[in-house]
Amino acid sequence: MRIKQVSVFVENECGRLEAILEALQREKINIRALSVSETAEFGIVRMILDNPEEGIQALRQAGFTTRIDWMLSAQIPDVPGGLLNSVARPMAQAGINIKYFYAYIEQVGENKAMVVFKPDDLEKAEEVLASR
Amino acid sequence: MIRDPEHETMPRGELEKLQLERLKVKVREVYDKVPFYRRAFRENGVTPDDIQNLADLTKLPFTSKLDFRDNYPYGLMAVSPDQVVRIHSSSGTTGKPVIAPYTQRDVDTWSEIMARTLATCGTTKDDVLQNAYGYGLFTGGLGFHYGAERLGALVIPTSSGNTKRQVLLLQDLGTTVITCTPSYALILHETASEMGIDLRDSNLRLGILGAEPWSEQMRRDIEERLGILAINVYGLTEVIGPGVSVECPNKCGMHIAEDHFLVEVIDPETGEQLPYGGEGELVITTLTKEAQPVIRFRTRDITSIDPEPCECGRRMARMSRIAGRSDDMLIVRGVNVFPSQIESVLLNVEGVEPHYLIVVDRQHVFKSDELEIWVEVSEKVFSDEMQKMEDLEKRLRSEMDSVLGISARIKLVEAKTVARSEGKAIRVVDRSEL
Repeated sequence: MRIKQVSVFVENECGRLEAILEALQREKINIRALSVSETAEFGIVRMILDNPEEGIQALRQAGFTTRIDWMLSAQIPDVPGGLLNSVARPMAQAGINIKYFYAYIEQVGENKAMVVFKPDDLEKAEEVLASR
Repeated sequence: MIRDPEHETMPRGELEKLQLERLKVKVREVYDKVPFYRRAFRENGVTPDDIQNLADLTKLPFTSKLDFRDNYPYGLMAVSPDQVVRIHSSSGTTGKPVIAPYTQRDVDTWSEIMARTLATCGTTKDDVLQNAYGYGLFTGGLGFHYGAERLGALVIPTSSGNTKRQVLLLQDLGTTVITCTPSYALILHETASEMGIDLRDSNLRLGILGAEPWSEQMRRDIEERLGILAINVYGLTEVIGPGVSVECPNKCGMHIAEDHFLVEVIDPETGEQLPYGGEGELVITTLTKEAQPVIRFRTRDITSIDPEPCECGRRMARMSRIAGRSDDMLIVRGVNVFPSQIESVLLNVEGVEPHYLIVVDRQHVFKSDELEIWVEVSEKVFSDEMQKMEDLEKRLRSEMDSVLGISARIKLVEAKTVARSEGKAIRVVDRSEL
């Protein structure tokens, strides 16, 4: 399923993540998933929010540089090989590269997990997931 | 429109005759009335009688910013204090400020020079001119104000700052011409955007920008963002304020008010005068200033002079955009670097913001110097993929390498990390000041 991700540019310094989270809390926006990719100097904070449009407004208001991108989310069984069989292998077999991915905290029932990922070909990856 | 055809289109030979006449008078005046000049002339074994043609100018000693400090506040004045009607002053970076006194005639001369300056870049009496140069001791505010009034334009004296109100007035009063520093033009655009206003939809058509060095790339950026013609204007407190030179809409160099200012370009190392076209330090001698004439003032600004007439019909020589101040020039690992070079590299990369800071390490005398450039990450260049961010960093670094001839560290910083200035932008800081 397609899902919107909000990403934020942030310097790799004390208190910056706090500033992002405060901006979201002020507008009562909830974070469903979060991942940080970083260098020594800066980081990219990627988030799935319950309200991405309002979230991005709140972050911009707080002075952050942000963007919204379409991602794919998939429900996977919480068992050994779950991620491999439901996402990684089908994508590899279809020749789709996953640029990055992270887990998604969502109550989806017993023994299930959610992942969110960015394929290099969104439409094709969506078809691969749907055909399963 | 050419406001003063008699002077602005004067053939070179006649202009030089006028300059020599005025020079002789000024040299005699400062020799008789200012002990500083008499002493300096004597030390160099020169008297006013030695000035028989313009080439004799090189016999006279230079004046520098240091001389203004040493003779603070009134030591360089050539009139009695009761003849002075106004004082301006430049923000001294260290030590004492520079004091610039004006007689009533100086104020009148300057107003006319400024009216001519405004007309040169295409301002007319029908324009609504919002003057966002700082009013007060700074010459920019009152200089433009008096010039615009003399021209007959409607002046909105907003001064600098209170940017939201500036945007509001600009819209509601139908401002057509904005006068401010180039960095403030960008702040206006930034603030307007935050207010949901596109300045390109306003009546604004012309910006007369100066008081700090800026690049051709920055001009393109400002023209595009504000939807205006951006004109470069030049001047300095020591000789009068703004009005020394300004571009016409052809944007092919700044027309120098040569009937009031005698200019030379010298090699900053040796002090030797350079031929036309040579790039070096601009030296100015005032030809009409009464209260405080200045002889061969070393501006520290790097430029070159082209004496050919312009297509606009004006015949006064033109000076090129200031490449930088010899003071601002950084020497990094033995290589000369001007902040304007760094600016042009940054602005040539699509989407990079014109807000940047150059951090130098001047503390370690025995260590090789480090140059770090802070670049703000705008939404145009931000990506959720680390690879793309690293590519941006690499690209900036390699272009900086090839233009500067030395390597610089690129630091990507959050938006608004670089302090916005309402006056002259601060582009270079020492690491110890951070």
